[in-house]
This record gives sequence, C-alpha cells and structure tokens, in this order.
Amino acid sequence: MPTYLIQRLLMALWVLFAVSTLVFLLIHWVPGDPVEVMLGESASGADREALRHALGLDLPLFEQWWQFLRGVMHLDLGTSLFYQQPVASLLAERIGATVELAAAAFLIAVMIALPMGAIAAARHGSRWDIGAMGFSLLGVSIPNFWLGPLLVLAFSVGLGWFPVSGRDGIASVVLPAIALGTGLAAVLSRMVRGSLLEVLGDDYIRTARAKGLSEQQVIMRHGLRNAWLPVLTLLGLQLGALLGGAVVTETVFNWPGIGLLLIESIQRRDYPVVQGCVLLISASYVLLNLITDLLYARADPRIRLEQG
Amino acid sequence: MLVAKIAGALLVLWALIALCVPWLPLQPYQVELEAILQTPQLHQWLGADDLGRPVLDRLLIGARTSFLVAFWVVGLSVLTGTAIGSVAGYLGGWWDRLLVLVIDLFLAFPGILLAIALAGLMGPGIDNLVLALTIVGWVGYARLARAQVLSVKQREHVVAARALGTPGSYIVVRHLLPLVLAPLVVEATFGVASVVIAESGLSFLGLGVQPPEASWGSMIQNGVRYLLVAPHLVLAPGLALFLVVLSVNLLGDRLRDRLDVKMNQKGTGT
Repeated sequence: MPTYLIQRLLMALWVLFAVSTLVFLLIHWVPGDPVEVMLGESASGADREALRHALGLDLPLFEQWWQFLRGVMHLDLGTSLFYQQPVASLLAERIGATVELAAAAFLIAVMIALPMGAIAAARHGSRWDIGAMGFSLLGVSIPNFWLGPLLVLAFSVGLGWFPVSGRDGIASVVLPAIALGTGLAAVLSRMVRGSLLEVLGDDYIRTARAKGLSEQQVIMRHGLRNAWLPVLTLLGLQLGALLGGAVVTETVFNWPGIGLLLIESIQRRDYPVVQGCVLLISASYVLLNLITDLLYARADPRIRLEQG
Repeated sequence: MLVAKIAGALLVLWALIALCVPWLPLQPYQVELEAILQTPQLHQWLGADDLGRPVLDRLLIGARTSFLVAFWVVGLSVLTGTAIGSVAGYLGGWWDRLLVLVIDLFLAFPGILLAIALAGLMGPGIDNLVLALTIVGWVGYARLARAQVLSVKQREHVVAARALGTPGSYIVVRHLLPLVLAPLVVEATFGVASVVIAESGLSFLGLGVQPPEASWGSMIQNGVRYLLVAPHLVLAPGLALFLVVLSVNLLGDRLRDRLDVKMNQKGTGT
C-alpha cells in the first residue's frame, strides 16, 4: 500500500500545482488589459496605476505567480472586485449548495443506474435490455439545460409539485438533481451492464449457479460485487462531467452554488472570483479522483500490491 | 435498421440546412412587433420569439452555427490530437513523457469547466468558442492516438520498415495511422455530439454566439424567460438539438459495433 499511496499522492500534488499555475496564467491570457476592462475607458491614468498596484499587476510575472501560489496555500485567493470580500469566504458561502446538488444528483444516478444496468445484463438481449439501453441513449443525448426547463414546465408549472428555481428546502433540490443526474445515470447504467455482462461469463458465477443459488443471489452477491470495480475506475472521470454540468444546471435553476457564482463573475469580469471558482472545482475533481483510486486500490489487492 | 436510417437522414438534413442557409430566403433578424411571442400558426410554423422574429428561420441559422462549430472543433481537435499523440507515441522517451504530463494536467479539469473559463476570459464570440473547445478537445484524441500507436508500433511491418531506413514521418503516416484510425473515427463521431452540446451549452451561458446571431443554446436561454407564456421558444430549439445529438450518438454506437472497437465496455455485442 505505501508505495502506491505515495505515488498517487505525489501525482495529485503535481496536478494541483499545475492546475493552480494554469488558473493563474488564465488571467494573463485575457486579451487586452484587465485593468482597462475593470475601470472602463474613462478612468484616469493615476486610477489605473493605483488599481494595477493594488492587484499586484505591476510586479514581474514570476513574482505575481509566486504570490498567487503562496496565497493559495494559505487559502487566500484575493479579493472580489465586485463584492469587495475575500474570494475564499465567497466560495465558502456557496460551496454547500453545490455539494448538496452534486450529492443529490449522484444519488439519483446510482439509484437509477444500478438496478437498470443489472436488469439489462441479467436479461441480456431481452426487451428489458433494449429498453434500458434506449433510456441510456436518450439520457446521454439530452442536454441538461433543456431537460431542466422541460422538468420545470411539467412538474412546477403543470403539476405544481416543486418550486421553479432557487434553493429553498428539500423540494427545491429535486428537479435540479434530476436534470444533472440523468446524464450520469445513463452513462453509469451502460457501465454497470457492460461490466456485469463480462463478469457473468466467469467460472465462479457458474459455480454459484451450480450450487443452486437463485439468479438474484448470483447477481447481487457474486456478480455486482465484482462488476462494481471496473465501474469505480471510470466513475472518477464521470464525476468531472457532473461537476462541469453543475455549472450549467445551477444557472438553469438559479441555484446559488459555485457554478452560478462562476458564471455571474465571468459576466461581471470579476477575475479573482473566476480564478477561485475554477480552482475550487478542479481541486475537488482531483481530490475525488484520488479518493476513487484509493478506494479502488483498497478493494482490489492487485492494484495496491503491484510494484511500479 | 429503420432507426439508424432515420438518424442518418436527420444528420444529412442538418448538414444540408447548414450549408444551404446563406441561399435561403430567411429573415432571422426581422423584428416584427405584432408577432411578439406568437404561438405556432399556419403561415408561421414555429411562431415568433420575444422580438417577433420567426423561430423557424432562427432555428435554421442555429443549425448552421452548431454544424460549423462541430465541423471546425472536431476537425482541428482530431488533426492536432492525432498528430501530437501518434508522434509522441512513436518517438517515445522525453516527448512521450512530456505529452503524458500535459494530458494528465488537462484531464484534471472537468472539460466543460475549462472551456467555460477560456471562453469567458477570451470574451464571447464564435471564434473564441471554437478555440476554447479545441484547446479542451484535442487532448482526448492525443491520448487515444498515443495509446493505439504504442500498441502497434512493435509490429513486424513497422520494424521491417524501420530496418529498411524508412523515415519516421512516413512510418507514422503510412504504417501506423491506418491501423489506429478506426477507434479515432468512432471517438470523433461521439466528439461531434459532445461539441454540439458544448456549443449550445456555452451559448446558453451567454459565452458563445452573440445576439443577434442565433444558436440553439442562446435560443433556449432566451426562451426560458418566457417559459410560461411561450414554451415553444424553448421546445423547438431544444428538440432540434436533442434530435441531432441523439442521431449522432446512435450512429456512433452503430459505427463502434461495426468497426468492432472496444471502448469502455467489452463483450456487449448487441
């Protein structure tokens, strides 16, 4: 375990370092002068110099980068130009909403995908299978910024079951979570089905059947437990799509999370906040992937005992 | 199969509309105050939007936008990604290690997030949109091309060609690429679907095509405000988008089965 753990941690640290450098550089790639954009054309030269100095933009690039990295390590991400508040506290205010949405969407996706993928694999080639794969195809093809309004139209406007937008109580999370989770459910059910089909051809499944276990027991106890591993490795990458999708979904439902903050800040040209949001979402993604890999290593001794 | 034929026909229609739009008598920017938020009628098939502009005409313009963006982004991504990936895979050594570092870095961002940040910071507009999506998109093809080239570069015919003194560029283009093309083609097909969604998504967020130009994404964004009074403003562009993406994904699945490309899921011969 230790070698693998250390390797994986070092890798995650390198990626985090590189990600923050890239995020830092993003602001310098902006065509034109950020100061110009922030102050508008009418600002005096002295004002511009003052802002430039306040932002540290008059320092050499390398020094700015070093300061930025030092700040990141102390959770100091600068000050928002719009709110005049530390970016870190803005992010802290908003992260709860995003975590809630992403967790709900993930839960919905797993609750749909596990049984559907399992049934599709168990009845391979049957109508159930075709139906499940049809749903999966629809699910990956429907954009969440269209599914969102459709859900609102049907369940908020038509039936009046859920609020149209905003974050107010448990009912308000249902529609955004479905809009965000459907894509993941579609991908996940395909993975579960594919992985389970592969496992079902193995010898121990034949043994389990031969000793007279019911089909349900075979699938649940011997099939899914082994099929879950390959799914887990792919899940890490899918979480990225979930986090990215959250940005769009939050905008659709006016959900006050990091994604909405990012889009608002882009529109306001509030660069420090844009930096902070991108950094936070990427860092969570790296962390989630790290956790998935470690879980995988824990579940499968072949990975953690492998040398090099 | 019938479904595949319908999907194919839809995509041909999409391409035809996209290419013919400049010669069609459309009035997508024609503001007509009496027609504001008009519901679909006989002479105005899909009704009119909040400025009284005909939704059908704007839908066709949107088809052109999504087609052109998909064409350029997938084309540029496949070309650069395949070139970089296959050369790095063939040369090995430091070039390869450098590429892997870069790929790992790019994959550490959720793709759409990087595109949002790039498009947002470079400023909205269709050129920047193509650029942002290409910067995000080439990585996948580079990774795939590299992995494929690594798996075939020790084959006898490549070794033989090298022993004969064939230049590396010739080996990559003539002896390696033809062998690794099938998975790249399948990947590119699915790439079209994701770029179409990404373009609409960014335009939905206001980071893509700017008014008065039309994109399905910006039409949806615009329509959401009138969801209660004029749902057709959201339904029409969304349905067009959904059908195109669905068709591409459907044909991608078929293509993958036909070319027998093993991707994430093995042994799913349906």
